[in-house]
Parts: sequence; C-alpha cells; structure tokens
Amino acid sequence: MAAVGLYNYWIVVFLMMAGFYIVIAHDNLVKKIVGLNVFQASVFVLYITFGKVQGGTAPIIAEGITTYSNPLPHVLILTAIVVGVATTALGLALVIRINEAYGTIEEDEIHIQDGES
Amino acid sequence: MTEHLAALQVVIPLLCAPLCMLVRYRDWSWIVALFGSWACLIISWLLLQLVMVDGIISYHMGNWAPPLGIEYRIDKVSAFVLLIVSAIGAVITPYARESVRAEFGVNRVYLFYTAYMLCLCGLLGVTITGDAFNLFVFLEISSLSSYVLIALGKDRRALTAAYQYLVLGTIGATFIVIGIGLLYAETGTLNMADLAKRLADQPLSRTIGAAFGFLVVGISLKLALFPLHLWLPNAYTYAPSVVSAFLAATATKVAVYVLLRFLFSIFNVKLSFGVMPLDSILLVLAVIAMFAASAVAIFQTNLKRMLAYSSVAQIGYMILGISFANVNGLAAGIIHLFNHALMKGGMFLALGCIFYRIASVNINDMAGMGRRMPWTMGAFVVGGLGLIGVPLTVGFISKWYLVLGALERDWWFAAALVLLSSLLAVVYIWRVVEVAYLKPVPEDAPEIEDAPPAMLIPTWILIGASVYYGINTDLTVGVAKQAAQQLLGAG
Repeated sequence: MAAVGLYNYWIVVFLMMAGFYIVIAHDNLVKKIVGLNVFQASVFVLYITFGKVQGGTAPIIAEGITTYSNPLPHVLILTAIVVGVATTALGLALVIRINEAYGTIEEDEIHIQDGES
Repeated sequence: MTEHLAALQVVIPLLCAPLCMLVRYRDWSWIVALFGSWACLIISWLLLQLVMVDGIISYHMGNWAPPLGIEYRIDKVSAFVLLIVSAIGAVITPYARESVRAEFGVNRVYLFYTAYMLCLCGLLGVTITGDAFNLFVFLEISSLSSYVLIALGKDRRALTAAYQYLVLGTIGATFIVIGIGLLYAETGTLNMADLAKRLADQPLSRTIGAAFGFLVVGISLKLALFPLHLWLPNAYTYAPSVVSAFLAATATKVAVYVLLRFLFSIFNVKLSFGVMPLDSILLVLAVIAMFAASAVAIFQTNLKRMLAYSSVAQIGYMILGISFANVNGLAAGIIHLFNHALMKGGMFLALGCIFYRIASVNINDMAGMGRRMPWTMGAFVVGGLGLIGVPLTVGFISKWYLVLGALERDWWFAAALVLLSSLLAVVYIWRVVEVAYLKPVPEDAPEIEDAPPAMLIPTWILIGASVYYGINTDLTVGVAKQAAQQLLGAG
C-alpha cells in the first residue's frame, strides 16, 4: 500500500505533467501561462509535502505536543509563490503587448505574420 | 568596512534600481546606474584581492550563523565571476547612455536602467550566495528583469522573443527548484557547503539521482546548452543593442558558473562524472553545439543573430572544458567564460554602434562599412579574430588550454574537433570582412561619421582587453587555474 500512502506525490506528478503538457501543446499564449502556473503549483505542493512529519502538528509551541511539521518548506514556498506571481504578471503583460502588436495571441498566427514581414 | 563588502556587492545595485525609477528627470537615472555599476566593479575587485590572500570569505547575512542563516560565500571561482559580471556592467553603462536614448527616446530611459540594475543585482547575487534556495531567488530576479530588458526592443518580434524566453526560463527555474527541493528532502539543509558535506557521506539514492537530473537540465536551459538553446537566438537578435551585449556577456556566463558550482562543489566529481555519465553527455552536446551552431551562424543575414548562434557554439567550448573534469579543461572553461564575455560583449557593442548610425545590422547593408565606420568595424574584426582563436587574442588562450585538457584525458579527437570547429568561425567572420572591406561603398549611401566616442571607447575597452589578456595571461590563467584546483579539490 506504499503507493497509496504517497498519494500527494502522485498528485504532484499529475499536476506537473499536466502543466508541462499545456505549455508545450497549446498555441494560445494565455493558456501557456496557465499551464506554467499549474506546473509551478505542483512544485509548491511537492515542497509542502516534504515538510509534513507523520503525526506532527502545526509548528506552534504548545503544551503536551512534541512532534511538529517542518515549517521551513512552507516559508520557502512563500518566496516561490511570490516569484510565480511576478512571472505570471510579466507573462500576461507581454501577452497584452503582443496582442497590441499582432492583433492575435495564437502562436501559429504570430508565426505566419512574422514570416511575411 | 571591508567585512561588509560581500553584502554591499548585492545591496548597492538593488538600491540603485528603485532610485533609477524615482529619478525621472531627463536621463539622470543613467548617473545612478553609472554609480551603481562602478561601485560594483570596485567592490568585486577588492573582494578578489581579499580572496586571493585569505582564501574563502564567508559572510553571514544578518548575523545568522550558517547553515541555518543565509551565507554569502566567496571563493576564487565566484570572485572571478563577480569581477567579470561587474566589469562588463561598468563598461556597458557609459555606452548605454547614447544608445538607449537613441533607441527608446529620453522619456522612458529610466525604465531601462531600473531593469538593468535589477538584472545586475540578480546576476551578482547568484554568484555570491552560498545558499541553494537563495540562488534560485536571485536567478529569478535576473531572469525576470532580462525578460523585461529584451521586451524593450523596438521590433515587435522582441515581444515574442521575450515571451518565449519567459516560458522556457521559468521551466528551467522550476526544474532547479524541484532539484533543490529534492536535495533538501534528502539532506535537510540548503547551505551549499553543508549540502556538499552531507552528500559526500551518502550513497546514491533515487532522490539524489532525480535531484541531479532536474538540476542539470534546469541549469542547461538557463545557459542555453544545445539543444536547449532555442530561446537564445531570437532573444539576442531583437533585444536592444545594449541588452544583447550585456546578456551575451554575463547571463549565460553566470549560468555556467551555477553549473560548475552544482557539479563540483555541491555534488562531487565522483558523483557527477563517476556515478553519473555526465562527462560523455556533456562532451557530445558540447561538440554538437560547436559544429551545428557555428554552421547555422554562417547562413545568417542578420549579424546579431549570427553572433547569437556563435554564442551557442562558444558555450559549447566552455561545457567541453567542464566535461574533461581535469584542471586544464576546467581552467579552459573558466578562462573562456572571461574571454568570451570580453569578445562577445565587444562585438555586440560594435554592432550597436552600427545600428546607432544606419539602424540596421543586416549584412546586405554592410557594404564598404570598413571605410564608412573604420573604428567600429575594426573592433568587430579584432573581436572576430578572437572568436576564431588567432594567436595573440584571448580566443587562442582558451583553445590552447582546451586542447591541453583534451590531451590530458587522451581525448585527442576532442582536441581535433576544437581546431576543426574554429574553421567554421573563420567562415562566418570572413563573410562580414569580405562585405565590409572588399565591397565598394554603395553610391547612394549617405555620408556617415563613425560612432560617438562615448560608444566607441567602451567597445574598444572590451576589444582591447581581449587582446591584452591574449598576451598577458597572468590574471586570467592564474586565477582560473587556482579556481579549477579549488573546484576539483573540493570533490
């Protein structure tokens, strides 16, 4: 039953592959950003899963509790979330500029326009 | 004062960035950037002197002791790369003034300098930090600001190039985070020195293997190792001239440094090249990069794109040096890091001068350019000789040590391939020389002066340095050899 016990990791792998697939397979630039977000979110879940200690509780010191989960991965992921938000914002800003310049956000149509000019 | 130099190296450009944003009067933000980049150069020079005397400098950020606190750790490798990055920054900022004003108009220059200072801060931070997660944060600071810098290009294709780089760069960075996370899960630490110690005692587990794979692929994406280089040609072609020069000379170099750091300092030589067959993988990819990218460079009509493909090939030489995993090979990789930064930076600056005058970098507009802009074209040609590896230029020194490293490992075929691939560089540089010097100036071409001195002098400083360090190799070879010994000794 080890495989079931690691169900968090299965979710991580599924999200990671799904996000990666969206980035590669879709021509729409906004959808690519969404895929990138799913991909990054999978890593957040991965880190938080590392931090879980079996039988541990939230890392707040209280009487009668000796086992705590590791809070460090959560803090790291807060930083990574900030980076992720910045990347998304910048990516979407670029998509807006691309839409203004080309009048489309479909990658194949952009390639056709670039081929002509 | 000197004990805080390590922190100031990163803090000064970080503070200059918002200052550039606030100072919007004409191009006064340029003065802030100039101050920031020169202060960085002085600090990195002082740090290199300190490291050469004392060995390793360890700075505890906020006085929190490592391995829990973030440590800035400067050894010979990082001090040398710090010097490269800040020297390029200090030379390019004076050049940027004219070029940026001409390309963006005076009202928006502050945006350029803000992103430029952030990029410099990120690159220096990646090099100086001794904490694996901190490295990722700085890497993203430099990457995000370089996406912005590339998107500032005038051509609308700059936008799609920046977007493509953003997607691939983020995938690379996320791979690096996964790798660092797996290492943390296995060892429970993020401090690089601590990681190295704990990894050395452990047998290879599947977690470490996976971390290794994710890290190598992620970093290779950032350093544009063939076949993960697809973002690079467009990004360098459509970025503003100054940005192409700055990124070509620094960003990929810092990524190569990160690869060195992970392969040799965190994982050890035994794991990277013994247990994992990375040397043969890197060797094959590097050789393909040297030939395929040089061959593609020959057929480009846009000279910036030609130089970009040539960069992919030159990164191949650096990776080839690393794949030898001996002192000469590694030293060659580190020397070429420095040398290529000088040559490619100088050549991109020369193209920037040409673009400033005729608003084109297409080879068809270069006819007679050797007579129309003699100083600029002269710089381009001298830089080109360096790329080929003609004696008395830095390129020769790099290739000399590469060949030595190859022979030391008995990989004589690799030595032969280095020499053969140099012939391809002869072809793509000669194409430009032929058009610029042997073709007559077209009759309808307007009379133009050479580029203004504010642009020519920085160009010639880099090109002049590429000749100087081809003759006097005390600094480069001396530091690089010690750095290589340190990297190999740690493993």
